Amino acid sequence: MDSGTLDFIVGHLNYWLFILLMMTGLYIVVAKGNLVKKIVGLNIFQTSVFMLYISIGKVTGGTAPIFPLDMKVDPDVVYSNPLPHVLILTAIVVGIATTSLGLALIIRIREEYHTIEEDQIAEVENAVLKSEQWASEQAAGEHS
Amino acid sequence: MATQEVHHVALTLTDHLPILEVLVPFVAAPLVVVLGSRRLAWPIAFAASAISFVIACLLLLQVLDGSYISYHIGGWAPPLGIEYRVDAANAFVLFLVSGISTLILPYARASFEAEIPRRSTTLLYALYLLCLTGLLGVVITGDAFNVFVFLEISSLSTYVLIAQGLHRDKRALTAAYNYLIMGTIGATFFVIGIGFLYMATGTLNMADLADRIAVQSDSRTIRAAFAFIVVGVGLKVAIYPLHLWLPNAYTFAPSAITAFLAGTATKVAIYVLLRFMFSVFQPEFIAQVPTLEVIILPFALLAMFGASLTAIFQRDLKRMLAYSSIAQIGYMLLGIAFFSQAGLMATMIQLFNHGITKAALFMGVGAFVLRAGGSFYHHLYGLGKSMPWTSAAMVIAGISLIGVPGTAGFISKWLLVQAALDAGWWPIAILIVASSLLAVIYVWRMIEALYLTETSAELPARQAPLSMVVPLWIMALACIYFGFDSDLTLSASRTAAEGLLAGSMGME
Repeated sequence: MDSGTLDFIVGHLNYWLFILLMMTGLYIVVAKGNLVKKIVGLNIFQTSVFMLYISIGKVTGGTAPIFPLDMKVDPDVVYSNPLPHVLILTAIVVGIATTSLGLALIIRIREEYHTIEEDQIAEVENAVLKSEQWASEQAAGEHS
Repeated sequence: MATQEVHHVALTLTDHLPILEVLVPFVAAPLVVVLGSRRLAWPIAFAASAISFVIACLLLLQVLDGSYISYHIGGWAPPLGIEYRVDAANAFVLFLVSGISTLILPYARASFEAEIPRRSTTLLYALYLLCLTGLLGVVITGDAFNVFVFLEISSLSTYVLIAQGLHRDKRALTAAYNYLIMGTIGATFFVIGIGFLYMATGTLNMADLADRIAVQSDSRTIRAAFAFIVVGVGLKVAIYPLHLWLPNAYTFAPSAITAFLAGTATKVAIYVLLRFMFSVFQPEFIAQVPTLEVIILPFALLAMFGASLTAIFQRDLKRMLAYSSIAQIGYMLLGIAFFSQAGLMATMIQLFNHGITKAALFMGVGAFVLRAGGSFYHHLYGLGKSMPWTSAAMVIAGISLIGVPGTAGFISKWLLVQAALDAGWWPIAILIVASSLLAVIYVWRMIEALYLTETSAELPARQAPLSMVVPLWIMALACIYFGFDSDLTLSASRTAAEGLLAGSMGME
C-alpha cells in the first residue's frame, strides 16, 4: 500500500467511522424484532450523522471559534467552522424527542399487546385481521 | 466585524406576512396548552388556522404574477440569515394546507368528541397546531436546514396524532411506531444529504445552493447529496416501495387526523421533492434525467397499478382510500418524470385537486365511523338512505377521484394525459386512462355498499351532525367548483411550474 492510499484512509477516519456507525444503526433497525432495540439502532444511526456534521466543521489547524475578549482578531489564526456544530445541536434535540416519543409508544404498545417483540405483535394483529375478515364475510353472505 | 450596518427600517404588517403565516399557529399551540381550557382550545385553534389561511390567500395573490417575496428573519440578509421565500409554487401549497386545515377543524370537533377521551382533546388541538406549523414552515422556508427542522416538528406531532387512534383500535400504536421508525430514517437521510451539500458548497440557503451547485463542476459529494435527499423525502412522500407506513397510519388514525394528513402531509413532501429536484439542483443536473427515467417513472407506474389493484380488494373503505392515495401519488410522480413544463403543471394541479378530493373522502369516512360504528363495507350497507347528505358528498368526491369530466380530478388527469402526449409517450397516456378505470372499480364498490345493498341493522344510522356535514359539503363542492372554474388553480400551477423549471432561484 503506497503512502497516498494510507493517508486517504487515515485522513478520513471520521468519515469511515461515520459510514460504519450509520450501517450498524440501519442494520439494527431492520434486522432486530425487539422494539426497544430498534430505537437503539435508530439512535446509533442518528448519532453517526452528528459525527458527519462535526467532522465537516473541523478546519485543519483551526482553533475554537471564540472571539478574544478585546475583540482584536488576529488574521493569522485559523478558526474551525462553528455552524455545523450549531446545526447538529438542533438535530440532537430532534433525536432526543424522537427517542422519547418512540419509548413512550413502546410503553403503550406493551400495555395493549403485553409484548414488545415484533413477531408476537404481528400474531396478535393477524388474529384481529382474521376476525374482521370473518365478520365482513358473514355480513356480505347475508346479502348475497 | 465585516457585516454591513443595516439601518432599521420600519416594516408594515403586510411585510411580515410570511413569518406570521407560520408564527400564528406556532404561538397558538403553547397558548392552548398553557390556558389548558377545554372550552378555549378549539376557538384558538380555529382562529389560528383561519388567520393562516387568510395570510396564505394574501401571499398567493401577491405572487401569482410570477414574482417572489423574500423575507429576512431578524433582518439578517441571506445567505447568512434565514430567508423565507414565497413564490407561486409554495404559496399555492400554503393555500392548500391552511385551507384544508381550516375546514377540518370545525369537522374535527364532533369527530374528536366521539373518538378521543375528553381529557386528551385540549392537548390534541395543540399538537394539531404544531403539525400545521411544521407543514407550513416546510413549505415557506428558503433554507435547507430549516426544512429539516420543520419537517421534524410536523412529523413528531403526526406520530402522536396517529397514536391517538388507539382509543378506537390498538393497532394505531404500532402504526404510529412504524411510521416513527420509517419517518426518522427518511428525515435522517434528508439531513445527511443536506450535510453533503453544505460540505460541497458551504451554504444552506436554497437560492445560494442552487447558484453554487450550478457553477460547480459535478462532484461525487453533490451526487450523493442528491441521492440521499431524494430517498429521504421519498419516504415522506410514500413513493411506491417506500409507502409501507402509509396504509396502517391512515387506517388507524382518528378520522379527522386522517383527513388532515391525507390532504396535506404527502402533498407537502411532494413539494419538497420538487423544490430540491428542480430549484436547488438545476434541471440540467447530471443525475436528474436518469433518476427520473429509471427510478421515478417505473415506480410511479407501479404505484398507479399496484396500489390501485390492492385498493380494489380491500374490505375497509378507509384502508381502500389509503391505498388509493398511494396510487394518486403515482400520478404526481409521473408528472415529475415527464420533465416538462406541462408535466410539472399537471403535478402541481394534481397535488391540489387530490388534496381536496381525498380530504373530502376521509371526512365522509369519519362521519360513517361516527354513525355506523365502522368503515368496513358491511358497515356502509344502506347508508345511502339513512345518511343521504354524507353519502351524496362521498359520491361527488368519489367521481372526482376517478376523474370524471366536471370535477377537479378530471382537470389534473386531462393535463397529465396531455403532458404524456406532448412528450410523445402515448403508451403512458393509455396507462393513465387504464389506471383510472381501476379507480372506477374501487369507487363503485363504495357506491354499491352505500346505495345498492340493504342494511341488516334494525336501527337505521342517524344523520351525521351538521358540524361535520357542512365542512364535508364545502370540500365536495370545491371538487366540483375547481372542475369548472379552473382559472385560479391553472394559473397558479402554470406559474409554479415555470418558476420551478426556470431552475436558478438567482440571488440578486
